[in-house]
Amino acid sequence: MAILIEVRFHGRGGQGVVTAADILAVAGFKEGYWTLSFPMFGAEKRGTPVVSYLRLSDRPIVERDEIYNPNYVVVLDPTVIGPVRVEAGIKQNGMIIANYPKPAEELRKEHFSSLNGSIKVLTLNATKMAMEILGRPITNTAMVGAFAGATKLIKLSTLKETVFEWFEKKGEELANKNVELVEKAYKEMEGKV
Amino acid sequence: MVRKVVRGFYAVAYAVKLCRPSVICAYPITPQTEIVENLAAMYANGELENCQYITAESEFGAASILVGASATGARTFTATCSQGLILMSEVLWNAAGMRLPIVMVIANRSLSAPLSIWNDHQDSMAMRDACIIQVYVENNQEAHDMIPQAYKIAENKEVMLPFMVCMDGYKLTHAYEPVDLLEQGMVDSFLPPYNPPIKLTTKDPLTFGCYAPPHCYMEFRVVMQRAMMRAKKVMEEVFKEWAELTGRNWGGLIATDYMDDAETAVVAMGSVVGLVREVVEEMRKDGKKVGLVKIRSFRPFPTEELRKVMKDVENIVVFERAVSFGHEGPVAIDLKSALFGHCNAKVYSFAVGLGGRDIPRDLIRKCINNAIEGKVDEGFHFEGVKEFEEVII
Repeated sequence: MAILIEVRFHGRGGQGVVTAADILAVAGFKEGYWTLSFPMFGAEKRGTPVVSYLRLSDRPIVERDEIYNPNYVVVLDPTVIGPVRVEAGIKQNGMIIANYPKPAEELRKEHFSSLNGSIKVLTLNATKMAMEILGRPITNTAMVGAFAGATKLIKLSTLKETVFEWFEKKGEELANKNVELVEKAYKEMEGKV
Repeated sequence: MVRKVVRGFYAVAYAVKLCRPSVICAYPITPQTEIVENLAAMYANGELENCQYITAESEFGAASILVGASATGARTFTATCSQGLILMSEVLWNAAGMRLPIVMVIANRSLSAPLSIWNDHQDSMAMRDACIIQVYVENNQEAHDMIPQAYKIAENKEVMLPFMVCMDGYKLTHAYEPVDLLEQGMVDSFLPPYNPPIKLTTKDPLTFGCYAPPHCYMEFRVVMQRAMMRAKKVMEEVFKEWAELTGRNWGGLIATDYMDDAETAVVAMGSVVGLVREVVEEMRKDGKKVGLVKIRSFRPFPTEELRKVMKDVENIVVFERAVSFGHEGPVAIDLKSALFGHCNAKVYSFAVGLGGRDIPRDLIRKCINNAIEGKVDEGFHFEGVKEFEEVII
């Protein structure tokens, strides 16, 4: 049976929603998966809701349609929850991993009370974490770390290497800070699963 | 060859670099921009030897500069889409008439108005009659592979025509996926330097595209048509050579799956083909005799190939990504004209995914099933459209 893992990312323009899926496409390939990532944004402006998609499989990926029934949903910005139905179509036993300033139980109560009980909800205050380490509220690397920590689909070492390579061209300091952020988010999420 | 996860833009730009172009000229337009941005970065880093990268003031300017450059015997490249392609169109008809083998990537995008940055095939379809070769690719590996092949076909002495590699904007350009990147030695062994028999030089002045009064204009049009028709054979040969060189066989002017005993043929072009093939496979498992015909070359049109594979089919389902307003979808129009008198199949054509609207698996399956079960009339339909009220003022 072929494996096909589908992930949908939600956030706002400028937060690195597209990059989050792209980094995981590169890291996933290093782990031996065939991968595909692609974006869907509204207006090409900062602040508007953005969606990106990631597929991981054990065979070449030919499906290029949008993801309607994701195994995982990753939310980079707490303010899109509500205005955007981030949980739409999520599969049974699926998982929502959200940047949210409150514990998961509260997020579930506030927004996902009708969600099937088999679906796990996990939260992380990625904005705070990104402000502490990067000094900017760009949450994509933290949420990439959180995804890997929660799902264990990608090893921390592979992800750290990929993130370093990704940001290296913008300077070693920034690359190292993003690696630090990935590791912190990964470990915090690992403890919550 | 090294397999890497790269973005569509890079897959294309890297292949262009390996083809050793002499002049690259472009004007940015989404979703094409990063193709030429990648090339501009390669140029700035000194990775493009003996190459001039020129930033034009518009697409019209970019195409015009390439016409001049190509006429001097330079291997040229540009990329554009949508309004940019339309703005180039005046020049591109000239490029074709002057028989200049400019290779361009069209990152397919819809046309205004209303403004849309998203993907369909309306832009390249608008260039259908311009005597420019048009090949549509399914994924970024095929886009990468098509670049050296495009130069080899376009620059063949029997062809000498512009070449558009059409790749779906966003769905391919913005997608990260694994691509086996070609090596310089491999491309050098496949693609000889461009050295046209006739070129602009100061030593031996010539005029390209000069005035042709009625007593000689028509002959130019005849030779353009002949060149297009000869391109079919050249393309088949180059595609075959490519398959032997790389082990990646993308097919001929068309590529087929499950067509041997198919009662229903499903026709598609571009990035949706992969998903359509999956749906066809699923329907085969359910015992339905369905086959896939991927049109790779839209110009020249694969008339003989389609006649051969469609000979015995009962239904033809065409997925269109453009509309010829006032008639129907451009693929079905050409398909019907190719098959007239050769095949009695009912033809159902469905315009889907205009302006980037998603084409989900269920929609593809529904269209095919509706045609097989006779739930829709023959002819042209829009599918995946919401209920709305038309306002006539």
